[in-house]
Formats: sequence, structure tokens, C-alpha cells
Amino acid sequence: MDIGPIWRAMMRNKTGAILIALQIAVTMAIMVNAISIMQERSRMMARPSGIDEQNIFYISSIGFAEDFNERVTIEEDLAALRGMPGVVNAIQSNSVPLSGGGWSMGLQTEPGAEIDGTGVALYFIDEHGLDTFGLNLLAGENFSATEVEWRERSATEWPDRVIITQAMAEALYPDDPDGALGKTVYIGDDEPLTISGIIEQMQAPWNGWNGVERVMLTPLHTLFGSTRYIIRAEPGRRDGLMPEVEKLLAERNKNRIVRSMRTMDETRERSYRGDASMIKMLTFTIALLVAITALGIVGLASFSVNRRTRQIGTRRALGASRAAILRYFMTENFLISLVGVVVGAVLTVGLNMFMVETFSLTRVAWYLVPAAMLILCIAGQIAVFGPAKRASTVPPAVATRTV
Amino acid sequence: MFSYYLKLGWLSIRRNPLLSILMVTAIAVGIGASMTTITVNYIMGGNPIPQKSDELFKVQLDNWDPNDQSEGEYELPEQMTYLDAMALMRDRKAYRQVASNRSGLVLEPQGADELPFSVDTRNTWADFFPMFDLPFVYGSGWDDTADRNLERVVVLSKEINERVFGGEDSVGRSVRLNGMDFRVVGVLGEFQPVPKFYDVTNGAFNEAEEIYIPFNIAVEYEFSRNGNTSCWKPSDGDGFEAFLNSECIWIQFWAELRNAEEKQDYMAYLNAHVEQQKALGRFPRPLNNRLSDVMEWMKDREVVDEDAQVMLGLSLLFLVVCLLNTIGLLLAKFMGKSGDIGLRRALGASRSSLFIQHMIESGLIGLGGGILGLGLTWLGLAGIKMLFGDFVENLASLDWVMVLTAIGLAIFSALLAGLYPTWRACRIAPASQLKTQ
Repeated sequence: MDIGPIWRAMMRNKTGAILIALQIAVTMAIMVNAISIMQERSRMMARPSGIDEQNIFYISSIGFAEDFNERVTIEEDLAALRGMPGVVNAIQSNSVPLSGGGWSMGLQTEPGAEIDGTGVALYFIDEHGLDTFGLNLLAGENFSATEVEWRERSATEWPDRVIITQAMAEALYPDDPDGALGKTVYIGDDEPLTISGIIEQMQAPWNGWNGVERVMLTPLHTLFGSTRYIIRAEPGRRDGLMPEVEKLLAERNKNRIVRSMRTMDETRERSYRGDASMIKMLTFTIALLVAITALGIVGLASFSVNRRTRQIGTRRALGASRAAILRYFMTENFLISLVGVVVGAVLTVGLNMFMVETFSLTRVAWYLVPAAMLILCIAGQIAVFGPAKRASTVPPAVATRTV
Repeated sequence: MFSYYLKLGWLSIRRNPLLSILMVTAIAVGIGASMTTITVNYIMGGNPIPQKSDELFKVQLDNWDPNDQSEGEYELPEQMTYLDAMALMRDRKAYRQVASNRSGLVLEPQGADELPFSVDTRNTWADFFPMFDLPFVYGSGWDDTADRNLERVVVLSKEINERVFGGEDSVGRSVRLNGMDFRVVGVLGEFQPVPKFYDVTNGAFNEAEEIYIPFNIAVEYEFSRNGNTSCWKPSDGDGFEAFLNSECIWIQFWAELRNAEEKQDYMAYLNAHVEQQKALGRFPRPLNNRLSDVMEWMKDREVVDEDAQVMLGLSLLFLVVCLLNTIGLLLAKFMGKSGDIGLRRALGASRSSLFIQHMIESGLIGLGGGILGLGLTWLGLAGIKMLFGDFVENLASLDWVMVLTAIGLAIFSALLAGLYPTWRACRIAPASQLKTQ
């Protein structure tokens, strides 16, 4: 194909070509950066919470009457819940992963107020906790029923033994995470705790926290007035159990209200709704953007075909085949696209550098740039095919007519 | 002349309907995308209380851990301890001041078959209502004596009054909260500051609380706290008393200071208070107190969501693509009329009149794009509401400022896009075009 004459012809009327090339370049910069953001969000959303999400739901119970005996209520509620057919296990806990609200403390390997502890999320559980959440104990042992304590809201002492996640062990003992079991750590500057177990993985309640894998379990029941029950159902029975559990709790004790019953699936959806929405919005934006750019190409190409009808006729009359005319317009578009995507690659990297600097975003993966270049060139070819096809059908006789 | 050019523009637009539709659509889509994100950013960054935002100050005292530095700097805590908040409330050195936090209480309606339900509660002081200009439908806030004498009074939101009293004037009636009777002193009208500036710690775009009760009552009955509590140091001993005397922060503190002098005096007072506390062994960090007015505070806390800013940037680039598109199409269009233009020039039309004529044509296309774009913006905001659900209930709505901005931006964009093509059109030499015909 004769690129030379096509290029020279284009240069004679370059404004239209430059505009299209610029459009392609900016489109590419937006597209690649948007896709990079989408990739980052998807990766974040794909992280496991570490618990048996499909089968777990939870419900809050708030006592309000003067004569409400919280401890007895909790003990009886748990016994009733664990006795329900279809329930694998149930516990009282302060929070669940992805819920956004929870308790955090700092742990340190040496005592002393001057030492900055490692932040950790706390879940209060009893001896049924590991089974209810579906956690995998890698080393050490579960809590026993006798060591579970009852905690008032403003208590400050902690039970002696803790179970931590593998990630927390790595954060505390970067040199020897496997030796964490049995070691003593300090909470609240100088209260010693013994690491009695290590679980494989569990997420903190805050999905955006950079220490999201750092979790500690402590054997506690709470007497905070408001409590949360976590219930793990047998596979497939969750949805049937939920109204039963709500009814059971509401009717067992009239001095409290039960509310905010929610599945873990729903909690996950709510937790990542912002990210999921961002992905949807960006997808829509990219689709719209490519459509607009393609329409622009179609519009300008049609216009240029109309303007050059006589030239096309002349070329046809001089022996150019239909395929040659088609090829001419396709090649012209390809050249424009090529310039566009090369400029686009520069713009993409520039925009990305700016965004990484300004916002907490990650760098664009290198392969997205060539991929986008290829895709946009192909999209350009598809867009121009219609007008080019029409150009190729211009009869040679046109050349002999005056307009 | 103007109306003649309008007519010419309209005729020209109608002559190439497809090209015109393409241009109007391109502008509309660009306007729709950018106006949707501009609106969300505009609301997020809006002033929630414009009439007095520069007289309301967030009070921060630096009573945090001396070992906790980020990048070598001490970051001021957002909230205040009970000890300091109560000292500041006792001394009353500002024109108005208010300490507040959140609770969740259980409300038992009177009717036998009505089920109790939980309500979000703000525990606050008498000054809260006049200070933040809360609108009342019935009654008013409580006064200082109610705060001092631990009176069980309550202000209801419109929704709760609707739910419990069917929207009637309920002032003087009683509401049962956590097993105790509270006397209604006021019912609010619509009240939803966006952002909820007086407590961004617990969600800058959360709903306003459903009821308001005296802070002292919440402390007296140890109502559970429903917001962020942070501690850098364990409290000395167990129990609620020890918690109140601890270095834990859980209270939002605001002061109303009417002029620079009051602000200066208050700052001096705060510094004196901290110095005095330092003598008692508290406040281990260097003296560092801060007063930020509402908009400074919103900026400091970065309430405008980062995603919203990213989307704003991308959508403005999107508008650039749409404009490049429009420039190309307008150029094609005007060049296509070169015969006409040549003829008009030959018949005596000056360059400037051709310039005006074509700019008017571009403006018309912009107007069309703006109106269509406004519709798309509305759709876009509806889409955002659908995607994000209750999280953005207060963020996605159009006001007249945004409507005018949309149309203005569209016309401005179209005129900008029309400049180069128009300039090219004006340069067409009459003779060259007439010869070939």
C-alpha cells in the first residue's frame, strides 16, 4: 500500500486528522486510567474475609427495660440459637468483617508507654467462635469455656490469652512469625497477653484499612446493653432460618428489641458498594467515550468521502479497483489512529503520574498501554469501514460530471 | 440582525440533521457526564451553614500520645476528652459552645400494639439549637437550666414526631426512651446539613440524628455511645467514672465566636486551660490548639470523597473529547458550506457578520446540547442514586445553580468549539469558491 501519497494527501488538509488523532489520544488516556482504577477495585473486592460468608448472618439485640438482665438473656439466647435445627453454631460478638464498625487496639512485643504498638482489630468470641466464623486454626488451641469472661463497657482489663491471625504474627514478629505461638505481647502499654493460637486468615471490620488482615480474638462476652449474635447456618438453610431467628429472639424476651438482621453477603455488598459503583460508572464512561469517538470518526470520514467524491471517481476511472479505494480510507484512518495512540500513550502515562501523585491510586499496569493502542486502532478501523465502503461504491462516471 | 442570524443558524442546523444531531449529542453527553460529577462534588464541598460558617469553630486540643507522630508531625485529635469538654462548658468563655456525641436509644411508643424501635440520638447542650440554626416547627430547644438540672427533655426530628405523634404538636407530651419518660420541648422541621459538619468523624454525609437529649442526661444514665471513641492511654481503673476521667476522646466540641477579637480571646483561654492541665501532668505534647471555622474544618477533614474527585477529573477530560469531536464536525460542516459563504461574501457580507453568524449557529448547537445534557445529568444523578443507594441520598440533587451552570457550560463549550471552524469559514475567499461552481 502506498503510505506516502496517503500521508501527503492527509497533510494537505490536516486539521480534521489532527482533531481525530487528539480525540483518540485523550480517549486512550481516560480509558487506560479508568481501567487501571477498575482493576485496583476488583482486586480489593476479591480479597476473602476469611469467614464462611455464604452461611453467616447476624442480628442485634438491644435491652431497654429497667429489669433487663443482659447476662442471663445472652446465655439463654445462645443456648436457644445453638439448639435450633439448621444452625451450625452461634456466638455473641462485637463485630464482623466488612461491617465498618469495630474495636481496635495496639499490641506490642515489649511493655512501655513509649513504644508504638501494632494496630489490631478485636473480635470478642467464646469457645464457639472459631466454629461459628469458620476459621482455620493453624497452631495452638481454641479458647475453653472456662476462660471466657464477661466484660462491662468501661472495663480495661483483658483476658490472658489471645488468638491472632497469621498476618498479625508476621507484623509482630517479622523475623520469626512461626515462633509467635506461646509468646507474650502487651496490650494497653503493659498488660501481658499470651498468644495461645494462630488462625490462618480473617479480615478486620474496615476494608480500607491497610492492616485489614491484622486481627486478634479474645475470649469475652460483652455487657454493653446492645449486643450482636453471629449465626452460622447449615449450607442452604440461611434464608429459611433468618425469620425464625428473628421471631425466636423477639418473643423470648420483650424487654429488648432485635434489629439490623443482615447476611454477610449483604454486608459485603454494602461494604464494597462504593467500589462496585465506581467500576460500573467507569465502565459506562468508557463505553460512552469510545462510542462518541467512533461516531466522530464516522462523521468526519463520511464528510471527507462526500468532499472527495469526484477525486474518488477520477481514481476509479483511471483504473483503481474498489478494494484500492476501500484500502485508501482504511489506511488513512490507520495512520491517524497510529498518531493518536502514540500521543495517547504519552498522555496516559502523564495523567497516571498526576493521579498517583494527587490521589491514592496505583500505577497503570504496563500491558494496558499496548492493549489500549491495539483496541483503539481496531475500533477506528471498524468506525471508518462504513464510510470507506460507501466511498468504494462511487461509480467512475462521477468523474465526468460537473457537480 | 441577531434574529436573522438565529434563523440562518436554525436553517443550517436543519440542512444537515444527522451531523447536527451528532454534534448536539456529543455536547450533551459531555455536559451530562461532567455535570453529574460536578454536582456531586459541588454538594460534597458545599457550605452546610453559609449564613454563619465563619463564626462557628471546631475546637481541637492536642492531648494525644507524645509517641504518636506521622511524618515527624503531631496530628491533632478530632475529638475531645470528657474532662476538657466539661471544663470548657463550665467556663463558657465563647459566645456559645456545645459539646456533643451520639447514642442509640430505644423508643417505646404509647400505643399497646406499637413495637419499640431504636433511634439515633445526639446528646448535646442548649446552645446547639440556636448555634446551628435548627429549624423548629413546634416549641424550641431547651435552655441552660435544663442542662444544669438534668431535666429529661427531648427535641424530636420531624420524622420521629410523624411516627410517634402523627405529626401533631407534641410539645409538653412525653416520650419513653430506654424505660424513662422524657418531655418533648420542641419538634424540628427539615434539618439535614450536608456535609453534617458538626460531626464528620462519624460520617460526613450521614443522616442527622432522630432525637436530641441533654448531654448531661446521657452521662448521668450512662447511655451507650454510638460513635467513635479513641484512646491512646488506658484509663486508671474500671468503671464509667474512670472512663470519664480518662484520656479517651469521644466528644465533638464547637464554639461560636462572632469576631476576630472573640476568637483571639478564646484561643488565649484555650492555651491557658491547656497550660493549667500540663501543670497537672496532662497534655504531654507541645502546646498546639486549633480553631477551624466550618469550611476550614471541611477542608482539613477532606470531606469531598476522593472517588468523586477522580470521577470529576475524568469527566472533564471526557468533555474535552466531546469538544474535539464537535470542533471536527463543525469544521466539516462549515467547510461544506463554503460555496454559500463565498456567495454571501461576494454579495457584500463582511467577515465580522459571517463570524457572528457562525458563532450564533455554534451557540444554538450548544444550547441544544445543554438542554439535552441537563436531561442526561438528571439521569446520571438518578443512576448514582441507584448505584450507591442510601449512601448518597443527600448528595445527588440538582439546584438552579447547577441547571444554569449546565446550560452555561454547554453554550460556552460550543462557542469555544466553534471558534476555530468559524475563523476558517471567515477566511474563505469569495472568488475561489465562486469560480468552480
